[in-house]
Amino acid sequence: MTAPLTETGALGSTGELVAAPLIGMAFGWCLERPGLGYAPKLAGQFYLSDLTVYKVMFSALLTAMLGAFWLDRMGLLNLSLVSMPETYVLPQALGGVLFGAGFLVAGLCPGTSCVAAASGRLDGFCVIGGMLGGVALFHAVFPWVQRFYESTALGSVTFAEMLNVSRGMGIALVTLVALGGFAIAGRIEKARS
Amino acid sequence: MAGAGKPYSDPYLAGIGLGLVLLSAYVWVGRGLGASGAFSSVVVAASTGSASPLGDWLVLELVGVAAGGYLSARLAGRTRAAIERGPRVSRRGRIMAAACGGVLMGLGAKFARGCTSGQALSGGALLSAGSWIFIAACFATGYAFAPLARRLWR
Repeated sequence: MTAPLTETGALGSTGELVAAPLIGMAFGWCLERPGLGYAPKLAGQFYLSDLTVYKVMFSALLTAMLGAFWLDRMGLLNLSLVSMPETYVLPQALGGVLFGAGFLVAGLCPGTSCVAAASGRLDGFCVIGGMLGGVALFHAVFPWVQRFYESTALGSVTFAEMLNVSRGMGIALVTLVALGGFAIAGRIEKARS
Repeated sequence: MAGAGKPYSDPYLAGIGLGLVLLSAYVWVGRGLGASGAFSSVVVAASTGSASPLGDWLVLELVGVAAGGYLSARLAGRTRAAIERGPRVSRRGRIMAAACGGVLMGLGAKFARGCTSGQALSGGALLSAGSWIFIAACFATGYAFAPLARRLWR
């Protein structure tokens, strides 16, 4: 049997809808456990006094990246059937700038704002309200930004393909950089807190 | 106050757990995690008056995120009605900043086609070029503007 289960027909659309809240619950649990529902902790990432965001995010990214790579190698998961976001260079760069500024000011991102709100934090609800407003604003101005929004489209492409190196090389690079970050994270926190 | 409730889990252990959750999403449904996409679905459903957004995969997933977050907080004694903020900002200032930050993230996530969950984490682990452009732009901007936002957090 190979995965993704819903793509290879092992599971139907009911299986997909059952998965949604279960995967979501585990996701929310993993965000709340290390304290990512507490905005000042997330903001500490930008002042280098608390690198929990980096530690959680990159250990998760490494785990999923290496797991997916090896499951694919062993023939258990067909990675070409896993949907990968398409690349739009300039819109995603601008999106990252707007998002980064918003993240700094809000102290929460979309997922963690839901965790904050669910544990009773009013600031979480305010971030959620703001995000709904931002999305509505985008839809209101969409006709004026549509050309930019659809510009510099490269399709589903990995950075390894863009740099003309193998997938394994790209994975090794991410792994080394992330591990290097883990190695100095504790020292940075001590120096800055 | 961060002090109330049980101590937080080790961030690396929680991260490995989160990575396994993401991996199981790839294996189970052939897609990653997400958050901002659900907000988008809700806005679209509200503005077009179409069917309830509860049939949407990401909306169902985000309902799960809230439930899982609540459960974890509850079991650790961390549920509390409060406004979390830096030591020098008023409650009113914090509320305004949270809403404004939310607006910026809503706009940014639309342009980027995802947020820290769907784009940075789920796409980043698949090595998507756009995901890494988003990660670099997001954190570079956060650090560049951090000195200007000191009053909010330090």
